[in-house]
Amino acid sequence: MTEIFGVPFQALLGQLMLGLVNGSFYAMLSLGLAVIFGLLGVVNFAHGAMYMLGAYVAWLGLDGVDLTHVQVGSQVWNLGIQFHFNFWAALLIGPLVVGLVGIVVEKLLLKRLYKLDPLYGLLLTFGLALMVQGLFLQHYGSSGQSYDTPEELSGAINLGFMILPKYRGFVIGASMVVCFGTWFLIERTRLGALLRAGTENPSLVQAFGVNVPLMVTLTYAGGAALAGLAGVLAAPVIQVTPLMGSNLIIVVFAVVVIGGMGSIIGSIITGLVLGVLEGFTRVFWPEASNVVVFFIMAIVLMIRPAGLFGKEK
Amino acid sequence: MGWLGQGTQRAGRITWIVALLALIVAPFVGVYPIFIAQALCFAIFAMAFNLLLGYTGLLSFGHAAFFGGAAYVTAWLLQSQHLTPELALLGGMAAAAVAGIVVGLIAIRRQGIYFAMVTLALAYMLSFFFLEAPFTGGENGLQGIERGKLFGLISLESDMALYWFVLAIFVAVFLLVLRIVHSPYGQVLKAIRENEPRAISLGYNIDRYKLLAFVLSASLAGLGGALKVLVLHLATLQDVRWEQSGEVILMTLLGGLGTFAGPVVGAFTVVGLQNYLSDTAGSWTIVIIGGIFVLCVVAFRKGFVGELLAWQQRRAKKS
Repeated sequence: MTEIFGVPFQALLGQLMLGLVNGSFYAMLSLGLAVIFGLLGVVNFAHGAMYMLGAYVAWLGLDGVDLTHVQVGSQVWNLGIQFHFNFWAALLIGPLVVGLVGIVVEKLLLKRLYKLDPLYGLLLTFGLALMVQGLFLQHYGSSGQSYDTPEELSGAINLGFMILPKYRGFVIGASMVVCFGTWFLIERTRLGALLRAGTENPSLVQAFGVNVPLMVTLTYAGGAALAGLAGVLAAPVIQVTPLMGSNLIIVVFAVVVIGGMGSIIGSIITGLVLGVLEGFTRVFWPEASNVVVFFIMAIVLMIRPAGLFGKEK
Repeated sequence: MGWLGQGTQRAGRITWIVALLALIVAPFVGVYPIFIAQALCFAIFAMAFNLLLGYTGLLSFGHAAFFGGAAYVTAWLLQSQHLTPELALLGGMAAAAVAGIVVGLIAIRRQGIYFAMVTLALAYMLSFFFLEAPFTGGENGLQGIERGKLFGLISLESDMALYWFVLAIFVAVFLLVLRIVHSPYGQVLKAIRENEPRAISLGYNIDRYKLLAFVLSASLAGLGGALKVLVLHLATLQDVRWEQSGEVILMTLLGGLGTFAGPVVGAFTVVGLQNYLSDTAGSWTIVIIGGIFVLCVVAFRKGFVGELLAWQQRRAKKS
């Protein structure tokens, strides 16, 4: 068998794929963070919680949401509805639910903070993340729930040089489609042009008759929906737990610092590359794989403080 | 005007003396000394944090690493090296200072929101170190730490002896923070907070000022964490986690950012609330704390002391 630096080629490719899968999640999450930060000036700490929420929506759908016996305190409500949806429906419902939550959060809370220091947005969403995470911990406990890979995507394909689990390939493909779709929407369409103009000068865009507050709300909802979609995609590859987002968000923050939040393509590339680097580290020095991203962040900050794709202000 | 905030005027001094007397009397009127001692440790932590956020305008989202890291080092020095408590405390502080230099050097290369994210990420990395390091006891942490004898002479095993020791250190830290903020150095920090470009154009090497503030803050945060080891006999992972970093932000914000009394008031409020909630609300505690966080940011940004100061100022204007 071929070996590279004493590591079997197959194992290396396997970790590379796993790294790409993780990188896809980093890319989708940091993309959402960058889009939200661009227009709202808010670093969305609740992004991890929204990712978790997306995964739970998928899991609940498979398990079935029974609203025939909803107990609030001692009161039992009968809404007479039962939901049951599979993975494919969850891909749509997950982002929708999380996006709706995003709309509520923006309209109810974030809206009040735009004139203040951006640090308050971070603190507010931090509090929200604690609440959401706490609620799920309270209800579901900290143990993980497993989500079965959809039948159509279980199994693996033999590519000749490696065996690729279908689902991993699907996650990478799907997230690429979503990431570049978002890039196209923002960089190549009229709507995107308005969005970018709003980032530069919201009052001028408003003067041209564009409903900027609505645009802001939808942008936040869109970023949240991206996180929710990442959560649905992640459900079959990891354990669904209330804490799944809280550690990931810190890694994604580091990714965002490395890439700089200025560029869409930058977020995507940085996310993927760091996922792969993490995968490689897992092969050669497993203990360091949890912290390699932070090391890279420290190095990038010393050499190029604005981030690889960021612009110096 | 602003006596609670400034802390140097006559009315301010009287308030401080009354508060100190209350702390001295408290254990004799039935308040559990360990509870106050624990709250005082967090108050030291919050004052250290306030030095950075309230007076320099830097939001560190990773201060738990210094607090909890120093706790681990102190616990290890006491348990495995059998040092006396004062040396163990100094050791913990020194560790926090070194970590503060490293994290500070990296983090001050970015401002504002990025500074917060960088400190969060680096502190998260440090918490991994404390989880994996051979001397920290992994998930269990270090337990059953003996307090030992101060200077090898005075036993701290009695809760009252410990309480006086913690109170003395608290007062010393309070006076030190007061001194720092009112010194010419503190004025420069405030200038950086208000307008960084102007501070640069006035010729101040702001990176050095920021770094010193960061290291001072990290060391004092470490002192708080190290003292907590003596109080509770243990050092745990809980203290290095990012939730703890969030909690100290809440304490400072709830009490009043950039005021002297604020962090102390906030620390007592949050610690008291947590003790109360853990009995009554159980696993809802984190939800409630998160909710208070949200409410505080949306509607109560000045905090208790800040609101009080604003109210005083309004009254002073009227008369």
